[in-house]
Amino acid sequence: MINVSVFIDRESKNTTLGLENNSIVSDLLKKLSINPVTVIVSRNNELILEDEKLNDNDEIKVLSVISGG
Amino acid sequence: MNCCNEKPVIELYSGEKLCKNHFTYYFQNKVFKTIRQFELLGKEENLGVALSGGKDSLTVLHLLIRLSQQNPKIKINAIAIDEGIKGYRDKTLEKAKEFCNQNNIKLNIFSYKEEFGLTLDEMLEILDIKPCSICGIFRRYLLNKKSKELKLTKLATGHNLDDECQSILMNQLKNSIEASARLGPKVGLIHDDKFVQRIKPLYLCTEKEVTTYAFVNGLLDEFNECPNVPQSFRAQVRDMLNSMEQKFPGTKYSIVNSFLQILPLLKQQFKGEALKVCLKCNEPSANDVCNTCVYLEKLKRKIEVR
Repeated sequence: MINVSVFIDRESKNTTLGLENNSIVSDLLKKLSINPVTVIVSRNNELILEDEKLNDNDEIKVLSVISGG
Repeated sequence: MNCCNEKPVIELYSGEKLCKNHFTYYFQNKVFKTIRQFELLGKEENLGVALSGGKDSLTVLHLLIRLSQQNPKIKINAIAIDEGIKGYRDKTLEKAKEFCNQNNIKLNIFSYKEEFGLTLDEMLEILDIKPCSICGIFRRYLLNKKSKELKLTKLATGHNLDDECQSILMNQLKNSIEASARLGPKVGLIHDDKFVQRIKPLYLCTEKEVTTYAFVNGLLDEFNECPNVPQSFRAQVRDMLNSMEQKFPGTKYSIVNSFLQILPLLKQQFKGEALKVCLKCNEPSANDVCNTCVYLEKLKRKIEVR
């Protein structure tokens, strides 16, 4: 198991999730019930794609692409 | 397929994965091609950019500044409307001011409070109405009126492919096909001095592409959503479209591309007569009295009986 900390900007929410080893970004979004069409994902201020492997203790930001107004 | 050895920042609908530099090049080219393809700009323009401070309008301004640097006959002014939505617009306007200061762009701000006597929040306490309907009517009214006063030749907005897709579908669902005739990369049915034409340089860019561009170019601020949006019809259509896009990638492109094929026919069908002007305010109107004046009168009457 790995643990990643996740910030979801649309909800201003921080959370820590346990995931299987070798999990990728799309596994994380699936677990959070977030449609990948609606977000971009960053790690250490760099964008990562859905097939990117996650590591233990990663700090991930899930940023909404939806227009605010 | 990756574009090069650099780390990709986006996977396009085609499956191609682009790094920051290749994506920036791709995105800028896409927008400039849209401007050429739909003839959004003439050789000389006193161009206004409707700026909210959100990622879409900042991105369009960022790109048009580049264009203006290449072609000094395209002059850029920014115009912002402060509806008076506490905890939302005040924050995005700060970002708009900061960006314009840094880029030496004149920002003209007009507020509902100064122009109509009430903020949107105050109007919604008086009238029992869907916020986005009244807000949209007043915002479009002010943008057009102030653009004329500023002698702008065109007004660029940050509307993207997702926004257009939502509008097309909303009009279908509400049986408002005439409203769809006014959509497209260049807004409006007829050329008329009473209207400053609105253009949409991000017309063919998805929301995900715009956000990625804003992120890699340092334009993305903290997420800020209008408190009135979640209750809107548009938000429900948006969620439905995103769900379809996930299951059937390319859905949004298909909707907009097929719409573009029928748009000339719609414009022809609904061309109609020359525009009227509102008997009260002298601004363009489909009826004898424009919707803005109708709502202002309703507000006045409600305030009087309070």
